Amino acid sequence: MSPKTLYDKIWDAHVAHEADDGTCLLYIDRHLVHEVTSPQAFEGLRMTGRTVRAPDKTIAVPDHNVPTTLDRANAATMTEDSRIQVEALDKNAKDFGIHYYPVSDVRQGIVHIVGPEQGWTLPGMTVVCGDSHTATHGAFGALAHGIGTSEVEHVLATQTLIQKKSKNMKVEITGKLRPGVTAKDITLSVIGATGTAGGTGYVIEYCGEAIRDLSMEGRMTVCNMAIEGGARAGLIAPDEKTFEYCKGRPHAPKGAQWEAAMDWWKTLYSDDDAHWDKVITLKGEDIAPVVTWGTSPEDVLPITAKVPAPEDFKGGKSGAAKRSLEYMGLTPGTPLSEVAIDTVFIGSCTNGRIEDLRAAAAILKGKKIAVKRAMVVPGSGLVRAQAEEEGLAEIFKEAGFEWRLAGCSMCLAMNPDQLAPGERCAATSNRNFEGRQGRGGRTHLMSPAMAAAAAITGHLTDVREMM
Amino acid sequence: MEKFDTLTGIAAPMPMINIDTDMIIPKQFLKTIKREGLGVNLFDEMRYDDNGNEIPDFVLNKPQYRDAEILVAGDNFGCGSSREHAPWAIKDFGIRCVIAPSFADIFYNNCFKNGILPIALPQEQVDVLMKDAEKGANARMTIDLEAQTVTTSDGETFSFEIDSFKKHCLMNGLDDIGLTMEKAASIESFEASASQSRPWV
Ligand code: SF4
Repeated sequence: MSPKTLYDKIWDAHVAHEADDGTCLLYIDRHLVHEVTSPQAFEGLRMTGRTVRAPDKTIAVPDHNVPTTLDRANAATMTEDSRIQVEALDKNAKDFGIHYYPVSDVRQGIVHIVGPEQGWTLPGMTVVCGDSHTATHGAFGALAHGIGTSEVEHVLATQTLIQKKSKNMKVEITGKLRPGVTAKDITLSVIGATGTAGGTGYVIEYCGEAIRDLSMEGRMTVCNMAIEGGARAGLIAPDEKTFEYCKGRPHAPKGAQWEAAMDWWKTLYSDDDAHWDKVITLKGEDIAPVVTWGTSPEDVLPITAKVPAPEDFKGGKSGAAKRSLEYMGLTPGTPLSEVAIDTVFIGSCTNGRIEDLRAAAAILKGKKIAVKRAMVVPGSGLVRAQAEEEGLAEIFKEAGFEWRLAGCSMCLAMNPDQLAPGERCAATSNRNFEGRQGRGGRTHLMSPAMAAAAAITGHLTDVREMM
Repeated sequence: MEKFDTLTGIAAPMPMINIDTDMIIPKQFLKTIKREGLGVNLFDEMRYDDNGNEIPDFVLNKPQYRDAEILVAGDNFGCGSSREHAPWAIKDFGIRCVIAPSFADIFYNNCFKNGILPIALPQEQVDVLMKDAEKGANARMTIDLEAQTVTTSDGETFSFEIDSFKKHCLMNGLDDIGLTMEKAASIESFEASASQSRPWV
């Protein structure tokens, strides 16, 4: 047999039909659904009299547009349009008989956190969701694609996705990370190196010692942002850490089925002599704690650097940098560590897991914030409960953080959790686009520890100085 | 789905790179549960000021581009969020074709589901088309999907690549789901064998 990559292996195991031109129907093992990109898909099913082909493989949870304030149980706190979307999801889940975690359920949270937590996401699976950060699930060695609403409808109706195979790209992070450097710094540094279109047309497999050394939480952070590098998906080969994480989860296999699954999962790695269409290698030792300065996730620099000038870039990027700097209100040559911050947001599917909250709390312990406002929005109700049990919630509250309920919140600012024009935010989320966190809002992306450091000093800060 | 065969129309130039889907349709418009009516909010934050008044400098607010049916843009168009509201808004505005050096993957796919033709051409050719678009309303570009060509108002023609299946669906306005359902037997036999080999799924 010819050598295969991990992507090749998962792909081959899911082709339900292949046309002469290579267009395939890829069978989908898990379909995750949320309230914002699904209403039109369910409406489409109703209009055509179609049903959900595999309701037992379909899981719905409201997250994008739900309030994260403590009083959300009171329906009156929801805006009219949020309520309509959440009610539509309630009804669609019920009418079509799919698994559902309502807002009132402690297991509710960001769809990409709930899937792994509940054991829906497992190695070797195909996972889709009407959300680009579906790439997160790749951390388990699952092939996970973000899809549009028409594709959501297509998967609901047929349990397949029309796909052509992507190319294989290997991103290797060798050696060890230095203290203060995290999974978020890896993933941002990779995008800084490849650009936001560097992965277009590829599925990325992340590998190397620094990736192996990451926890499952850290691996999810890395894969989460594969889409920000343009890739169709990100993958990490499953190993003992993966199996350990999955074992005993509510929807993970048990007993003989677990053994059978393990037999297959252990074959899920790229063969030594597999073919790669593109290879990128970064040294773990070279990665520093980074922040973004512009309005694209590729606008990444070590915290020790200075704000760049448009002339530092070539071609279209020079004009884009000029526009970014104006939007961000930054002057070239200013040390990044002197940029004052108004607001800190810790959360999102990139960094809303327990390990992220621990990392931030470790920096915040016994300190007070020096910014106007700071909030922690745990990625799920279960993360929140665990953080309370571990005493992290107290640390955040004593430092002056708001301790919120689970959801996407200020990551995309659909609900009232928004930045005001000109307000500058240190955020652990994944997008610093213009207006992403509120019209005119200015976002700097970074790790939870770096966001915590900024909260304490009131400006972008090298977390290594606080360790 | 609406068919696409040929189109002759006004092209609006947007030479920015990395035009993301948050710019195309900001999140406050994702609260709808319908597909229609998003055209007025296309590029909302660039198109209107804080009071909701049109910003005259924005390309689609200029008189000569208000009826644009083609958009010529910079590299990596449609990056970011998977929201299909982006192509819905583009279509609802009246744009049927976007030309750029490259597209983000999910956006590119979403276009085809909505009768929009995304055309990727080399940077030099997009530069020529951008110049042509800058001439305004009298310069009409022609797209011929069958022949896979774009022709400028001066008659210069460029060929583009497109996946044959996507072309076929777009030209005939075919509904993907209907097409896939014709292959139900393959899906059923896949399910039968997968339930043996991977019963835990
Ligand atoms: S947390 Fe942000 S990126 Fe993640 S699913 Fe929610 S909106 Fe998308």
